[in-house]
Amino acid sequence: MIVRGLLVIVMSFMVVQGAAAAAKIQRVISPSGIEAWLVSEDTVPVIAMDFAFRGGSAQDDAAKPGVANLLSGLLDEGAGNLDSQAFQQRLEETSVEIAFGATRDSFDGSLKTLSEKKEDAFELLRLAVTEARLDAEPIERIRAQTLARLRHNSTDPGDIAQETFAASAFPDHPYGLRTIGTEESVAAITRDDLVQFRANNFARSNLVVAVVGAIDAETLAPALDRIFGALPAEPKLKPVAEIWPKNIGQNQVIDLDVPQTTILFGRGGLMREDPDYIPAVVMNHILGGGTFTSRLFTEVREKRGLAYSVYSYLDPMERSGLLAGGVATKNERAGEAIDLIEAQFRSLSEDGPTEDELAKAKKYLTGSYALNFDSSAKIARGLKQIRLNHLPIDYIDNRNALIEAVTVDDVKRVAKRLLGDGQLLVVAVGKPVGFGSASRGGVAPEAARGAAAE
Amino acid sequence: MAPAFLASRTVPSGYMKKLLRLMTHALIGAAAATLPFGGAAQAQTARATAPNVETFTLDNGLDVVVVPDRRAPVVTHMIWYRAGSADEPPGKSGIAHFLEHLMFKGTKKHPAGEFSNQVSELGGQENAFTSYDYTAYYQRVPKTALKTVMEFEADRMTGLVLTDEVVLPERDVILEERRMRTDSDPSAQLSEAVSAALWMNHPYGLPIIGWEHEMQTLNRDDAIAFYERFYTPNNAILVIAGDVDKAEVETLARETYGAVPRRFATPVRNRPTEPPQLAARQVALADARVRQPSVSRVYLSPSYRTAEGEQAYALDLLSVILGGGSTSRLYRSLVVEQGIAASAGAYYSGTALDANRFAVYALPRPGVELTALEKAIDAEIGRLTRDGVTPEELDRAKTRLIAETIYDLDNQTSLARTFGVALTTGMSVEDVVNWPERIKAVTAEDVAAAARTVLVTRQSVTGLLEPAPTGDRP
Repeated sequence: MIVRGLLVIVMSFMVVQGAAAAAKIQRVISPSGIEAWLVSEDTVPVIAMDFAFRGGSAQDDAAKPGVANLLSGLLDEGAGNLDSQAFQQRLEETSVEIAFGATRDSFDGSLKTLSEKKEDAFELLRLAVTEARLDAEPIERIRAQTLARLRHNSTDPGDIAQETFAASAFPDHPYGLRTIGTEESVAAITRDDLVQFRANNFARSNLVVAVVGAIDAETLAPALDRIFGALPAEPKLKPVAEIWPKNIGQNQVIDLDVPQTTILFGRGGLMREDPDYIPAVVMNHILGGGTFTSRLFTEVREKRGLAYSVYSYLDPMERSGLLAGGVATKNERAGEAIDLIEAQFRSLSEDGPTEDELAKAKKYLTGSYALNFDSSAKIARGLKQIRLNHLPIDYIDNRNALIEAVTVDDVKRVAKRLLGDGQLLVVAVGKPVGFGSASRGGVAPEAARGAAAE
Repeated sequence: MAPAFLASRTVPSGYMKKLLRLMTHALIGAAAATLPFGGAAQAQTARATAPNVETFTLDNGLDVVVVPDRRAPVVTHMIWYRAGSADEPPGKSGIAHFLEHLMFKGTKKHPAGEFSNQVSELGGQENAFTSYDYTAYYQRVPKTALKTVMEFEADRMTGLVLTDEVVLPERDVILEERRMRTDSDPSAQLSEAVSAALWMNHPYGLPIIGWEHEMQTLNRDDAIAFYERFYTPNNAILVIAGDVDKAEVETLARETYGAVPRRFATPVRNRPTEPPQLAARQVALADARVRQPSVSRVYLSPSYRTAEGEQAYALDLLSVILGGGSTSRLYRSLVVEQGIAASAGAYYSGTALDANRFAVYALPRPGVELTALEKAIDAEIGRLTRDGVTPEELDRAKTRLIAETIYDLDNQTSLARTFGVALTTGMSVEDVVNWPERIKAVTAEDVAAAARTVLVTRQSVTGLLEPAPTGDRP
């Protein structure tokens, strides 16, 4: 149906828990063709917008990672005829909050405004997205902040582990580089690099937008054109190669003089569009998902007191996927902890879940889904992610039915596929005891590499 | 338990500037609550823009706060105890937090794991946290599950059963938690030393998680003794935010918590107080793991409960004007104009039962000495205490703080927290609801006067985080 020059197509109903709270998701298409998903909801006088350009730090030059991230710190540091201080003052006077960030596969932004200030907010966002000045002073200042963070990270056990894990799992690939870059690369980034990234990545066809709050479709449609309309139609993205995690079965130990060993572990996961993804969500919940009842939590923490934190998670990417996790335990018990975790991977792979475990996992996953949508900010973020994941507008309606349909055989199949022989890429930072730094479990590194490309 | 790998992808709020702010906060060691199951404690405030809040008290003395938010069929259920680490007996540091962990170990009626299993099967999320002045437990559940979690939570107010079989492994867990939060991070270690120096007599000088050597000796009897002293309905506050109204909650609360007897008289929280502070203190930590140094100055300052007149409100505004963002004085001067700092800011921890802290901090750019940063900070503080603040600065700070309270209306869990923190730190529901009006009424003279009273060097500790000289291992 055409309403005053804007197109409002089908509506989907968020009926995650009872029809009473059904919120309509509208597909709003601006006169120039920019599509936003909108939940119009005026209980709280606030508007939340989340958007993203597909691409992200995977589009950084391999020799100079950190450009996307540095750019994300500069868009609100001066734009149009407002210099950095003037722009920041405008934000404060209008209570508008704008934030940008780079992830591996997208360059993201968010806007939060009181509904009475929406005109100011949209104008400030337009300036930031399309007319950021990238003046020399803020470039040097945000570069200095980024370098401060990198120096801090360089001796932080968790950050060292993440950096090492990514580099080991994805050698010679953008996913092996940190979004924030390195001290060397960030020092070398020029204004031209930033301008080039923006020109290549900010476009209308790779843009997704989600809006929630006190605004209707008629008001949003022209605003979309005002904010994003000046961007080129198409981005210039380079292809990113598909890659599956390498070095499975290897231990990497990084020596750091701390009393506790921080461990990251993982192996191949799934891309989001894999037909096994939903059964894998259920499988991961049983293994090490986010409640206090998972196998890893029970065995590592509850029964043995080995760690404060132990978890696993699925990490889908545009061109890869990980099943990964982490634990931190005192150096003397690090070997015991990782052996226990590998044993849990193996036993779930060999025996699958029990009917009872499956039933409980489904109850949690379906019951808790509504908790992801209890604030405007969360709904906007969730809708943006659903779009980035290439899922349909009625996904929220159907998601719990997809979980319900998972059978024990599905989880068994997926556990076999993903957990395999339980071999893991393990990165340990600290002074771990009982922990070789070569291959593990009698599998030669070469064989493990071969097995990794599932 | 946020996944850790490539955090920018898995943690959507992990935007660079926010991360940097968080890092800076962590570096400077803003006191935080600790949780039994991971995740970062949020900054605690006690302010709100007039949400539709209602209160009542049960016959057994349990205070109840209801904050309706009917947008989604979800509720946040929280029970807050007026008991925190500052209420621990001498020599037992960490027992408030240890007990918080042990509260998940089962009761006479429900053996270990049953409550967590039930919450999980209901599609709920749960956790708990401990701070200096309070311990709180919460579940976020579908509305239909509210009564069930109320029954379980009421049950563990009296029925806790502890055996060494569950207590000893859990003691290992909190020791691992300490290793993770503190011992693996030189800035957290420095932060403990700063607090220990700032409070010369008050127990806020002890870490919430406890000193390691005392944690190692904590046992079942210590936990039960703390439980038997503080866990009673007349020392607790029930906060329910979400898809409910007062009448529903009143019925459910009478049926569940109403059955819990008043176990003992409401404990009186009289902590040792600070003597006059006459000597400026400085603590320094040099460690081979430090590659990004920092300097902070922490001033002993009144809290909302102990402050006179508008002083605490003025201190909140002062922290914004001095160091609350990119246009603040410290950031503008040290980071933008002089280019000697990578980051600089200020914060005020005013929601506390007793005198707390007002802090300023800066991270140097390479080649800048910490003493130079300290001088630059002192120059800005001197200018502010001498000349006061401008009307424009004050207006911007007020706009920002009041807008934050409106944004908080979007999040039922932070609303629930707001009331829990207020009521466990000596404030009332009216204080919270009237907060924006009180902020609006603060004058430039109030802010200058508060700065002159609080930003006094002899009542402060300066903390220096430095790299170890080459070759020196910690």
